[in-house]
Amino acid sequence: MLLEYINRVLGKAASSSRIHARERLRLVLVHDRAKMSPYFMNQLKEDLNNVIARYMVIDFDKFEIVLDQSDKVVELKTSVPIKKIRRDYMDRIKRSS
Amino acid sequence: MGEIIVVTSGKGGVGKTTTTANIGTALASEGLRIILIDTDIGLRNLDVVMGLENRIVYDIVDVTNGNCRLKQALIKDKRFENLYLLPAAQTKDKSAVSPEEMEDLCRELKEDYDYIIIDCPAGIEQGFYNAIAGADQAIVVTTPEVSAVRDADRIIGLLESSDLRNPKLIINRFRPRMVRQGDMMDIEDIVDILAVDLLGVVQEDDRIIVSTNRGEPAVMNLISPAGEAYRRIARRIRGEEVPLMNLEESYGIMNRLRRFMGLC
Repeated sequence: MLLEYINRVLGKAASSSRIHARERLRLVLVHDRAKMSPYFMNQLKEDLNNVIARYMVIDFDKFEIVLDQSDKVVELKTSVPIKKIRRDYMDRIKRSS
Repeated sequence: MGEIIVVTSGKGGVGKTTTTANIGTALASEGLRIILIDTDIGLRNLDVVMGLENRIVYDIVDVTNGNCRLKQALIKDKRFENLYLLPAAQTKDKSAVSPEEMEDLCRELKEDYDYIIIDCPAGIEQGFYNAIAGADQAIVVTTPEVSAVRDADRIIGLLESSDLRNPKLIINRFRPRMVRQGDMMDIEDIVDILAVDLLGVVQEDDRIIVSTNRGEPAVMNLISPAGEAYRRIARRIRGEEVPLMNLEESYGIMNRLRRFMGLC
């Protein structure tokens, strides 16, 4: 707190809500411009989860998907916390084929 | 043949009406024939900002409905005889005027005025489409906040799909000190994200409130930094190359003192 105050007095950017604003705005606009509805994103997330669930158990509450843009390319970024790998997946694949 | 400029923003409260009043007054002070049109039907305010609220007899809906001739509805400004206001109706709603009627109105006014400046309502409903219907070019006003810039981005997209390409950006209520402290997005952050040309930056200025209280646009006040910013914007609209104001300057105590004493 004190350090932050001193930095402020000295005019150094201790607080960085500017960076937060810029980052949040950038991400919001990637989604807005892609005209991707939250419904669509949720559907995609559930479908992805259904596929992934065949191989591993994931923490769905912390499973995140988000659009991002670097240079001119829009990317789908995912963060998938894994609870457990399914050891039996090879067997199941063999059985199903 | 005049030029028709629509002032828009998407988000409300970012300064469309203040911008319209100030740009119009600044252009009129240079001897140009100017008309301001308030298209915010049901929520008119440009008359109050201009200090002309007591002179209204007819409004834009009276004109489009044929209750009066266009000339009868125009209100002459108190300060400049070459500046006029066409007020919005206060008791109707935004569907009271159609885009075709706006286009006809603009075409008629173009003959007699150098600039027609249209104050657009907030939002992206019919009122927005009416306001931009007759425009040749658009100014988008934003403030350095996430919500306002997001809405500006949406508006820029809608303007471009309505064939109003290359809208120009005004960043309003800019606070250099907060940018220095790292607590406000800088000019380049906003211009980069929106990818449009910058028309000007207007800093936060308490005198804007005083000028609205009095019904006297800030460009009439020679010591108002916002007034100076709007005068520069008006010159840029005429095609002059004018540098951005030195925004750092106005915050030092000595500079404030100098400005107070009329030294700069």
